[in-house]
Parts: sequence; structure tokens; C-alpha cells
Amino acid sequence: MFNVMRAELRKLRRPTLLVSTILVVAALTALFTSIVYLRANSGQGNGQRGEIISPAILSQAAGLVYGFKIVSFFLGITALCVFASQTAQEYTLGTLRNLLVRQPSRMKILSGKYLSMVIFAIALVTIDAIVAISVSYGLAPHAKVTTTAWFTSAALSLLGRTFVNVLLTTIAFGTFGMILGLLFRSPISAISTGVIWSLILETILAGVVSSTQKWLPGQNFDNIAQGGSLTVSYKWSMGISAAYLVVGFTIVALLFKRRDVAN
Amino acid sequence: MTSAISVTDLTKVYGERSALSHATFEVPLGTVCGFVGPNGSGKTTTIRMLLGLITPTGGTGTVLGESILHPERYLPKVGAMIEGPAFYPGLSGAENLKVLASLGGFPSARVATLLEKVGLADRGGSKYKTYSLGMKQRLGIAAALLPNPKLLVLDEPTNGLDPSGIQEVRNLIKDLASEGTSVFVSSHLLSELEMIAESLVMLREGKVLFAGRTQDLLAAQLATLVAEPEFSVDLNKLVDIAIRHGHEASVEAGTVHIVADAEWGATFNRLAFNAGITLSALTATQATLEETFFEMTGE
Repeated sequence: MFNVMRAELRKLRRPTLLVSTILVVAALTALFTSIVYLRANSGQGNGQRGEIISPAILSQAAGLVYGFKIVSFFLGITALCVFASQTAQEYTLGTLRNLLVRQPSRMKILSGKYLSMVIFAIALVTIDAIVAISVSYGLAPHAKVTTTAWFTSAALSLLGRTFVNVLLTTIAFGTFGMILGLLFRSPISAISTGVIWSLILETILAGVVSSTQKWLPGQNFDNIAQGGSLTVSYKWSMGISAAYLVVGFTIVALLFKRRDVAN
Repeated sequence: MTSAISVTDLTKVYGERSALSHATFEVPLGTVCGFVGPNGSGKTTTIRMLLGLITPTGGTGTVLGESILHPERYLPKVGAMIEGPAFYPGLSGAENLKVLASLGGFPSARVATLLEKVGLADRGGSKYKTYSLGMKQRLGIAAALLPNPKLLVLDEPTNGLDPSGIQEVRNLIKDLASEGTSVFVSSHLLSELEMIAESLVMLREGKVLFAGRTQDLLAAQLATLVAEPEFSVDLNKLVDIAIRHGHEASVEAGTVHIVADAEWGATFNRLAFNAGITLSALTATQATLEETFFEMTGE
């Protein structure tokens, strides 16, 4: 399994994928965090779903991680695309047969691939954290946000918890992408289905019928990064997300194990 | 263990269609075995079953003495290139090989040696997507050689190669066989196979038409005498002489083709001379593998 992981990391660190993904994540994080801080005194919505995040809120310990977790959804979508393409491209490029000749255990291939992409997700979340905190710190004086509370042990503990939660959200979206990749065996189909579902359909459904939020996978994945919401608890989101992913992954893993590799 | 590959009644059915039907053959250890058949005859299906990529519907088989139901037991000793090379376009040739080396637990240092061996040492750092078809094919062969295999399975290894590349692959296969590696190679270049394959497996429509020594297959084919008279008016007379003595004969492109062994050539020459016909040329030809293939497969 670790041989597979090492091999997969070689693919993931190719400059075109690594550099472009890092740049996208860094740019999105900087953009969203900047909006929060640059509009903090406008009295208009500057947070998620039009929430007003005032300088007073940002001056609390939680202000340290607000910019960091606001990007979690897009970080998740990025992971979905990467996990889906890395999995499905083995079919379209015909490279799966090479992998299976060198490592006949299909479960080891799957586990090694998954582990390598989890490492990739850790890197993305780390970059997100660094960029978000740096931008927040840099823009705090401009937004009249005091940062004293950011350097307390409570803030650091919150940073640790948020890091884990954002990572879980990213991995959950990535796992969803991998499931779609194994199911569709085509990067384009897997990515388009995943993005259209998570970004468009779920957003519309959750907006029109708010009770569906509790059941929609993408909404629950993102709710983990936010540490739960007033309508859906953190525990519920953890449970339902795990259930969706375990069932989905088990089905596609069985398909992957048994399906003939005929392309 | 005397066979590199041994299959008995190997069958693969997709729905109503039988891709391979009760195939039985052996590939002796340390030899080069050619695997031939028209497109869609079941060659790639067979190779995929031998490599554990698809599950047989019926029958049994062993590779290097291990059941094909447990590919993990023999694949570390097998190198393969199936249906042409397939690599990651965004990675260099060397990086692609390193991915496979990491996967199989082989030392990365082997990559440079193999690139040198297949003539890609100076292009190993270039992205795979910039490679020509011939270079991709060479990289595929290098990947197949990564495990220092006891059995090499190659599916159309000379596709896209120029004549010198084809010759290099032929020599490489010969060298590997002389070092004790068993090679199972499918190719449409039958003249190439005739030069290197000690044994052959011939398929048509999922069924084994022949499995055995190449020499035996060719020897079983009738030889042909080709006679050219000094004057073309004598062509039909020569045909009559051959038929009178119990040989099939016909006129083709100004020559007479007679189904007969080379030994009968002297007798025929004498018969023609006695009939007042002078032959300007008389040659004996043995059917090539290509001719035999066309005859057997009806292609």
C-alpha cells in the first residue's frame, strides 16, 4: 500500500497539477478573506450567505479562523476535482492496467491512492490556513480589528479544531470525487457530476427547501468545517457524512475489485 | 515447472459473445512464443486473463507455475505491455517509469539503465506527450522490463517502430530469450515472428487453431515449385505434365505453380526437357508463416 502511495505522490507532485492547485487555493483564500476584512465596516453582508461579520466579531478568538474556514466549500470542490480526476484518468489513459500488473491487489491500489490524496488534501488545507491567517493579520488594522484575542490559548485551540474540521470537509468532498471517479471512469463525467450536484443543485435545493440541508451530502460536508450550524448540528453532519461516504465507498470499492479491466 | 504459461479450456464469455473458447496451449520455459490471430480473435482477452486483469469464465491456467486466479504470486516476475503503451502524458518518460518502479518496489536506479537499453536515454526527461509513437512504444518495452522479468508478455511491441526499431526489438527479444527469459509476444508482423518464435499459438474467432512448434507448422504446409518456361506458349503444357503426375498446378503471372516438394523439381525438369520445353527458371518455395496464417485463418 505504501509503494502505491509513493507512486501516486509522484503523480500528484507534478508541477502542472501541484502549482496550479496551490495557486487556485491561495487565490481563492486570499480573495474570500479579503472580502470579509475589506467589507467588515460596510454594514453589508461580508460573510457566508450574506452574514454580517463585524470588526467586533473578527476581534474575538474566532476571528483568527474565520477567513480560513470560509473557503472550506471551495477547498472541498477543488479536492473533489483532484480526487475524481486522479482516479478516473487511470481508466481514460489506460494506465490502470499498468498499475494492476505491478500491484495486483486492487484494494492496495485503492488504499494507496486514497492515502496519497489525503496527504495532498492536508497540503491544501495547510496552504489555506497559512494564506487566510496571513491575509487576516495583514488586513486587520485596515478593518479596525484588534488581534490581541487571536494569540490566546483559546484561539490556538480553535485553530487546531478548525484545521481538523476543514481537513475533514476537504477529505469528505475528495472522497465523494473519488467515488464518482470510480463510478463513471471518466474525469469529465465525474467532475461535472460532482460540481453540478454540490455547487448548483444542492445550493438551489437548500435555498428553496431549507429542511433538505440536513440530508444533502455537500451541505453536511461543509457544515463540518463550520463546526455545525444553528439548524444542523456538527454531530449530525459528521454522522450523516460518514454514512454516505462509507456506503458509497464500499459500493465502488466492490465494483473496482470485481470489475474486469478491459480498456 | 516446464511451462511459462499453460492454459486448459480457458474461456471468456461476454453476455452472448464468446471472446475465447476452450483455449488450450502451453508456452515452454525460456522460449519465444508468438501469439497470432486476426483482430478480434481473442489475443488481448487471453493476455488480460493471464495478467489477472479480467476473470476467466471457465477453464484453468498457470503462469510460471502459479494459478492465474492468484496473479499476485507471479506478476512480480512478469513484465507486460498490453495493447500498446499507456502512460501519464504530463510526466516525463523517466518519471513514468519511476511511478511504476515505486509501485512494484523496484529500485529507481533501474530506470536510467532501461532508458539506455531502449534508446531513450537522451529523451528520458521529456514529457511523455511529446514522444513519437515509436518512442512511446520503446518506453512501454522499458516498463515491461522493469521487474527483470522471467516472463515477458508483449502485445504488438513493434507497432509504430521504424525498420531499425523493429530490428532492435527483435534483437532485444532474442537476447532476453538467450538469457532464459520466456517471451510471449503477439504481433501482426508474421515475418518477424517467423524469425524469432520457436513456438506459436494461433487463434481465430476465440478458438486455438494451432499451438506448437513453428517449425512443425511450416513443415506441415505443402511446398511449391515455381517454373518459368523459355516460351510462354509452353505454360499450359507444363501444367498438364504436373497434373498427369498427380500434382496440383496452375498458371500465375507467367509462371507455373506446382504443389510439390523440392525433390520433385529434378523429375519435373527432366519431364519438361523430354517434352521439348526449356525452363528458364525453376525454384522451390516453402510457405511462409504469413501464407500459412492466411490459409489457416481464411483471412
